[in-house]
Amino acid sequence: MNLVYLDNNATTMVAPEVVEAMLPYFTNEYGNPSSIYDLAHGANEAVKKSREAIADFLGAKDPKEIIFTSCGSESANMAIKGVLDVNRNKKHIITTRVEHPCVLNLYKDLEKKGYQVSWIDVDFKGELNVGQLLKAITPDTALVSVMMANNETGTIYPVDKIAEAVKMQNPETKVFVDGVQAAGKIPINLKDTKIDLFGISGHKFHAPKGIGALYVKSGTMLSPLVVGGHQEKGKRAGTENVPYIVGMATAAKLAKESLDEELTQVKALRDKLEKGILSNVKNAVLNSKSSNRVPNTTNIGFQYVEGELILLHLNDEGICASSGSACTSGSLEPSHVLRAQGVPFTSLHGSIRFSLSRYTTEEEINYTIEKMPVIIEKLVKISPFQKELKEIFK
Amino acid sequence: MWEYSDKVKEHYKNPKNVGSIENADAIGEAGALACGDKLKIYLKIDDGIITDAKFQTFGCGSAVASSSILTEMIIGKSVDEARKITNKDIADELDGLPPEKMHCSVMGHEALEDALKNYFGEEKSDDKKDSSQKIICNCFSVSEAEIINAIKNGAKTLDEIKEINYAGGGCARCVPNIKMLLDKYSKKETVLNPVQFILKINKVLETNVAGELGKDSGGIELVNVDGKDVYVKLTGTCSSCKNATLTLKNFVEKQLREHVDEQINVIEVK
Repeated sequence: MNLVYLDNNATTMVAPEVVEAMLPYFTNEYGNPSSIYDLAHGANEAVKKSREAIADFLGAKDPKEIIFTSCGSESANMAIKGVLDVNRNKKHIITTRVEHPCVLNLYKDLEKKGYQVSWIDVDFKGELNVGQLLKAITPDTALVSVMMANNETGTIYPVDKIAEAVKMQNPETKVFVDGVQAAGKIPINLKDTKIDLFGISGHKFHAPKGIGALYVKSGTMLSPLVVGGHQEKGKRAGTENVPYIVGMATAAKLAKESLDEELTQVKALRDKLEKGILSNVKNAVLNSKSSNRVPNTTNIGFQYVEGELILLHLNDEGICASSGSACTSGSLEPSHVLRAQGVPFTSLHGSIRFSLSRYTTEEEINYTIEKMPVIIEKLVKISPFQKELKEIFK
Repeated sequence: MWEYSDKVKEHYKNPKNVGSIENADAIGEAGALACGDKLKIYLKIDDGIITDAKFQTFGCGSAVASSSILTEMIIGKSVDEARKITNKDIADELDGLPPEKMHCSVMGHEALEDALKNYFGEEKSDDKKDSSQKIICNCFSVSEAEIINAIKNGAKTLDEIKEINYAGGGCARCVPNIKMLLDKYSKKETVLNPVQFILKINKVLETNVAGELGKDSGGIELVNVDGKDVYVKLTGTCSSCKNATLTLKNFVEKQLREHVDEQINVIEVK
C-alpha cells in the first residue's frame, strides 16, 4: 500500500478533471477579464460560467450572489467584518464554541474590541444547544454565526432551522454560515433558507488551495474587506483568479454529481472503518457521537495513548490522518471542539480524525482497519497507565 | 508538521528500555494525563551505579524519544553523574528538538530528578539556590535573572522576551510567570500631573544641578515650566558666564532629560 489519505477535512487531492480544466487559463486564455479585447473575452466568459456553476452548487437564486475569494478564512472574515461594519450600532454576536479557528479567533478578537459574544454550547454528542442560541438573541444582535458541519467531528448543525428561527425573533440579525466542511459532502440549497451569508473553500472539495467563495444573499449589505478595483461588483477588489475560479467551478460540478456517492459509497466506507476500529481496538471510543454527521468523517479517541504518537506510527504505515491532541498543534492546546463536548482527558489527547473522500477505496479502509490494532497495541505497551489499560483490555 | 531529527524518529519508532522494573530502587514521575504527557522512570541502582533503567511514557513522539534516550544515557552511570544531566543534554543527544517540543526533554529531566530524590529520600524542595537563579523557562533553561535583565533592557512583551532569550517559546507553561515578571519589572510609563512634573524638575535641579554649579559659585533657579519647556535663571557667577548656554544644554538639559522627561527643553531667562 503506497499511501492511504484519510485527512480530506484538512485538504483534498485536486481532481484530475479540475487540473485539466484550469490549464488553458494559464497559457492561452490568460487575459484579464476586465480588458476589452478578444483575448480577455474568454477569461471573462469563464468567470461568468464559473459563477453560475457555484451558484448552482450552493442552490443560490442568482449567480450575482456569489463572490470569489482566496480561501475559506477570507470568506469568513469578509462576511463577519462586512456585516458588522454596516451595522455599527449593534454590538452583539452569537456563535458556537466549536467553530473553526478562522472564525473563532476572529470573534475572540472582536470580543476584545468591545463586542459582546454569546458562545453557544454543545452537548456530549456534539449537538448544538439551539434553545440556548435562540434565547440569546436580542435587538442588539448583529450576527448569528454557526458552521454547517464541524471539521473535527463531522457533526451537522441545523443551520436552515436556526436561520429561520433567528429571523422570526429579529429580522435585522444577519446569519453567517461557515459551510467549508459541508460543501461537496451534503446537499446545500441556500435559496430555500434564510441564511444571508455562506462561505466555502475550494480545496476541501478537490479544487486547489487558494480559492474560495462567499454567498451573499441579494439585498444583504456588506462592506468590502479588500478595497480597490471594481471587481466582484466592488465587493472584493483584485484581479479575478481565473484559472482557480474555473478549477473550483469544475470541482463544484463534479462534487454535485457525486453527492449520491458521498451518501452511499463514502458513508459505507466510513462506517466500515469506524466499526472496524471500534470492534478491533479495545481502548477506542467514538467521539463523533451524533447520528447527524457528514458522510466522510469519524473521530475516534484511543484511551491512555497520545494522538501525535499514533499519527507518527500511522504515517510510518503510509496512513494520513489528524489528531485533536495538544501535541500536534503549534499552540499545544488540545481540541476545543472535543473539550466543548466534554470528552475526558483519558481519550481527548488520543483522538484521531479520519476523513474520507470519494477517492478512498475499500482496500485502503481494510488496510487501515488491519494496521490500527497493531499500532495501538504497540503504544499501549509504552503507556504508564498499565493498570487502567489492563482494566479496559481484560 | 514537526521537523524531527532522525535520532528522534529512530527512538519513537523503536524505543529502548520500555517497561517497568520490579523492585526498582527508585521510581520517578513527571507530567500529567490532563496535560497530554506523563512519564514514569524506573531505576535499578547497585553501589551508586545505575545498572538498569526502564520507562513508560504517555506522550508525543518527542516525549517517547526523550524518555528512551534518557534511559540509554544513564545506564552505567553513577548516580552523581546522572544528577548532572540537564534537559538540554537530553535534547542534544537527540540532535535537537523543535522549540515547541523542548518541554519533552524537560519532562525526562524532571522524572530522573524525581527518581533520584526518591532514591536519596530527599524532600521535594524547590531549590536551595538563590531565587534569581531560579529557572523560569525549563524548555530553554532561562533563569529569572535573565528574564528580568531582558525586561530592564527594554523588552515590553512576551514576544520581545522570546526574541531575546527564547523564554516562554517552548511549551509555554512558564508564560504566566513571565507575565508576572513583566508586570513587576517593566518601566511603568506613568504620566506625571503638572504639579508632580514641576516638583520633579525642581528636585533634579536641586540635587543634581545646583551642587555642581555651586562649585563655581554659581546657582540656578526654576522660573517657569510651560509644557516641556523649562525656563531657568542662572545666578551668581553663572549669570555672567560665557559658557552659560553650553552649561544649560550640555548639563542641565541633559540631567532633566535623563531623570524627568526626554523631551524637555531648557530655556534661559535673563
